[in-house]
Amino acid sequence: MDSESVFTELAHETINIVLSIAKVLPFLAALIVIILACQAIWHMVRKGVSVGDSYNSLKTVTFGDESTVVSNKSASVISVLLIFVLWGSFTGSKLLPEFLHVPGPFMGSGEFTYTSDNGAGDTDKATVSIQVHAAGEKGKKPTVASGDGFALNDALVIQAYRSKLLAWDKNDTAKRKTGAKIIKVNDQTISKGNPVDVGFARVALTDKGTLNLVPHKGVQMENIYLPAPEQVWERLITISKEGYQNVTLGQHLGLSLWRVVIGFLIGALVGIPLGYAMGLSNWFRGWFDPIVEFMRPVPPLALIPLVIIWAGIGEEGKVVLLFLAALWIMAIAARSGVSGVRITKIHAAYSLGASKLQILLHVIIPNSLPEIFTGARVAMGVCWGTVVAAELVAAEKGLGKMIVAASKFQNTDVVIMGIVLIGLIGFAIDVGIRVLEKYLVPWKGKG
Amino acid sequence: MSDLHIDNISMRFDLPGGGSVQALKNINLDIKSGQLLSVLGPSGCGKTTLLNIIAGFLAPTDGEIHLEGKAINGPGPERGMVFQQGALFEWMSVRKNVSFGPDMKGVPKSESAPEVDRLLDLVGLQEFKDKAVYELSGGMQQRVALARCLANDPDVILMDEPLGALDALTREKMQSLVLDLWKETGKTIILITHSVEEALLLGERLLVMAPRPGRVHKEYFLPFADLGVGADLREVKKHPDYAVKREEILAMIWEMEEEIMGRTEEAS
Repeated sequence: MDSESVFTELAHETINIVLSIAKVLPFLAALIVIILACQAIWHMVRKGVSVGDSYNSLKTVTFGDESTVVSNKSASVISVLLIFVLWGSFTGSKLLPEFLHVPGPFMGSGEFTYTSDNGAGDTDKATVSIQVHAAGEKGKKPTVASGDGFALNDALVIQAYRSKLLAWDKNDTAKRKTGAKIIKVNDQTISKGNPVDVGFARVALTDKGTLNLVPHKGVQMENIYLPAPEQVWERLITISKEGYQNVTLGQHLGLSLWRVVIGFLIGALVGIPLGYAMGLSNWFRGWFDPIVEFMRPVPPLALIPLVIIWAGIGEEGKVVLLFLAALWIMAIAARSGVSGVRITKIHAAYSLGASKLQILLHVIIPNSLPEIFTGARVAMGVCWGTVVAAELVAAEKGLGKMIVAASKFQNTDVVIMGIVLIGLIGFAIDVGIRVLEKYLVPWKGKG
Repeated sequence: MSDLHIDNISMRFDLPGGGSVQALKNINLDIKSGQLLSVLGPSGCGKTTLLNIIAGFLAPTDGEIHLEGKAINGPGPERGMVFQQGALFEWMSVRKNVSFGPDMKGVPKSESAPEVDRLLDLVGLQEFKDKAVYELSGGMQQRVALARCLANDPDVILMDEPLGALDALTREKMQSLVLDLWKETGKTIILITHSVEEALLLGERLLVMAPRPGRVHKEYFLPFADLGVGADLREVKKHPDYAVKREEILAMIWEMEEEIMGRTEEAS
């Protein structure tokens, strides 16, 4: 491929992306309007409630004063609620009252008429009765009288979101092969390329002269694309009891966490001393600087293929990958922790008679702990992301494996449940380390 | 005798871009045991370099320093150091900071505890001993630094602008404390300062240093430190000689600063 065609291709792609963004813009604008409207309502509600004078509320300059900007809890609650309401609304969730649902697919029964021309100039009308049923339910074919004339009445069952071809002449006496064709649907002229809307469905004429019936789909998401919140929740309950594909949820979850913890611990065990050595010795700094500076920007995900080639898809491979993901981050954190020691502290310790080992133990290591905790937070985050990605590529068990397996069976509820679990666990890890940090290094940022 | 002999110290070092700096040239000092020496001078006169050489953090290019007849070639517990700020260990309580020296020497807690308590009393921090040091005010932190230094029982205390980061009121209180501690412990103290008033009030002996190259410009022996022990320092400042000396030294330093400015202007 020559370079020019690459450029034209990229130009096309860029235009496509810009157009897609343009399509989303009205929705973005609507979201902003909703956010501002909620704020206005919240302000009106709050005016009625006395909240007292906090120091911040007495400040007249707030726009641009970062200290007055604190996360509004009400906004957070409304935001999360809104996500669930939208989710429920677009999936027809049972948790929401009907009037909050966006229009769903047509379901129930409907009928339309077609007018057939037997090819000899005679026309006859027949009625088609249709029952549209939800996925997973069994539709009942409407019973109809056969009617009279050469076109006879038909009955059809269609599943919501699906379409069906109607071979209308199967029971008619005027067949297509004898020249019969449909000229009108619901008394409106129909031809190829000019479908007719019969109120609950779109009826189109196919090349072969049959009718293609497409019931209206509404704007709700189909279940296999986005299941309702309660379905995801039910799925979580059943999977936590019964497991998914013969593996319990605890095993999936535990295995992913185990990999992260082991990989991170080995990475920290090697990386922290390495960082200390780099922070304390010219020789070690010079020796490892090129390696660390080169390996740091390599995303761990890019190492997955190599790790699979070298270590296979077993546990060793994943632990090695996570070890590598944590190693450089922890080494750099420890190094900057050492470099961050104020020279006056070291001088003070020396002039108080401390030996090198004592200075390492009582000054350098405690002084570097805040940096190491920051590194640990970053490393655990990266490890968690990496383990899921590695499991997506190759694993037998694990949360990543679970969602990629579920996606192959279109089990979207399992996929969404897995993603939510991955997010919650990642968040919990971060909060956990922050709590540990507050408890173990209370002097952080106070030196 | 724990006299400190500074023997013809010179210090010059190469700059990375070529050229070199003569930070100190031919410094000779004899500091008697128990003397309180304050060192004053415009920035760049090498006073901190001199202190770092005495502390053993820097090696002079020429000359030698002896404390009690022993040559100095590195930091040691017989020379305690008090820094401007940020030298306390935030991960230790006030008490652990103060007992750091004895702890490092392996002195059992039971032995060091009475002395640590006495020092905490002396600097007025007994009730804060279990607090974290970052919970204390700047003045209190410097009290901890003083107590920590004294707990190690050094022969010489080196102070590098220990009160420089404090507000004027706290500074005045701390100056009294330094004088009291000096009288109480009888330690040799070398105090580096930017403030002419502080150098006058705290210096039994006062050195004015001049820059480029760093050298001793003038030396005074003053009565104010003795007068200030246990007394109100504001009364000491009313001494007729105080204002005279203050003006004299200020003029001296002004002149040096002007000279530096002139030289840099010529250069540019």
